[in-house]
Amino acid sequence: MGLLDLTPLQKDVIKEVSNIGAAHAATVLHQLLHEKVSMTVPEVSVVALSDICEVLGQPEDPMIGVYLRVFGDAPSKILYLFPREEALFLAGLLLTEEDRQDNGDTLGELEVSALKEIGNILTGAYVYAFSSFTGLNMLSSVPALTYDMVGAILNTVLVDLGATDDYALLIETKLRACEVNITGHFFLVPDPGTLAIILDALGVKGQWPNSSGSACPK
Amino acid sequence: MAELIRVGMSEIAVSRSPDVLVAIGLGSCVGVCFYDPVLKYGGMAHVMLPDSAQILGTGAEITKPGKFVDTALPEMLKKMTEMGALASRLEVKIVGGAQMFNFNGGNDKLQIGPRNVEAIEKMLEKMNLKLVAKNTGGNHGRSVRFDLATGTVTVKMLNSPDIII
Repeated sequence: MGLLDLTPLQKDVIKEVSNIGAAHAATVLHQLLHEKVSMTVPEVSVVALSDICEVLGQPEDPMIGVYLRVFGDAPSKILYLFPREEALFLAGLLLTEEDRQDNGDTLGELEVSALKEIGNILTGAYVYAFSSFTGLNMLSSVPALTYDMVGAILNTVLVDLGATDDYALLIETKLRACEVNITGHFFLVPDPGTLAIILDALGVKGQWPNSSGSACPK
Repeated sequence: MAELIRVGMSEIAVSRSPDVLVAIGLGSCVGVCFYDPVLKYGGMAHVMLPDSAQILGTGAEITKPGKFVDTALPEMLKKMTEMGALASRLEVKIVGGAQMFNFNGGNDKLQIGPRNVEAIEKMLEKMNLKLVAKNTGGNHGRSVRFDLATGTVTVKMLNSPDIII
């Protein structure tokens, strides 16, 4: 039994719990921006690893990725992807004019730091909601940031899933600040074995095996 | 007509001149190119992880040999020799293996890029294949285009000019 055998009910439950998490993150983003923030219903998709590069359209488009690990009962990865201009706008909200160091080519140190902090804040809100809903203990790492081809970012973040599976489960939410036109992609990717723990915590484990290859990290 | 063949993560493709093999968005993955300059046959593997031994005993099967260095390279050699290429003539070029994210403190699991490159170099030595060029490491993603008509490998990066190896 693998990711392709997820039942519609299981997908719905994952969607719902992600929805709660993302709503908290959107609320926080709203407080940060003082702008109306809308979000899409999370999309739960199972993607073949060989097609991962193309999940966001052009794999060679540059994007800024903020990456965090989630530890605890349900180890996962969290990845935010923003187009450069929109990321810089976001960062600018936390910086004064003289702080800004962006020179068009590389990102300034303070911009990087501000974006990591935004990733941190959004993740904190998401993980907190996810964790109180499921009763699973979750803790996020410090964020890491890169500015590169989106295909290469996805490739690097998802590579270790390949050890046990040919597919990845992606939970994607799009956040959008209406007035300022910022679109960000937010991905939650459960580690191998974590999906079983999440499904179990939500009472819809069914026939799902305890792990998809690797041992459950209990 | 030259055909453009896309090699996705964990895939292996072999073909002949004038086709072009392409892997887009290599992060910590590595594109391994084999080329027989006499017949103008070539193959590309888009490997993800250094070692298949880490999944042994977990019950998971190796469904795609292209994922791991130690299974992908022999598999590609087999495909190439089946076409008629000679192992002793093969020229190998490798591209990728970057470390895109830098966490403070560092974590072994995240160093997959450099570990992939190291595993490939060891494996090539073991298989007696000659590595003629490489563009690996660093902290940026790459796209690679392997032109089987000439055997040249073009490496494309963000914010820097293309490199031909």
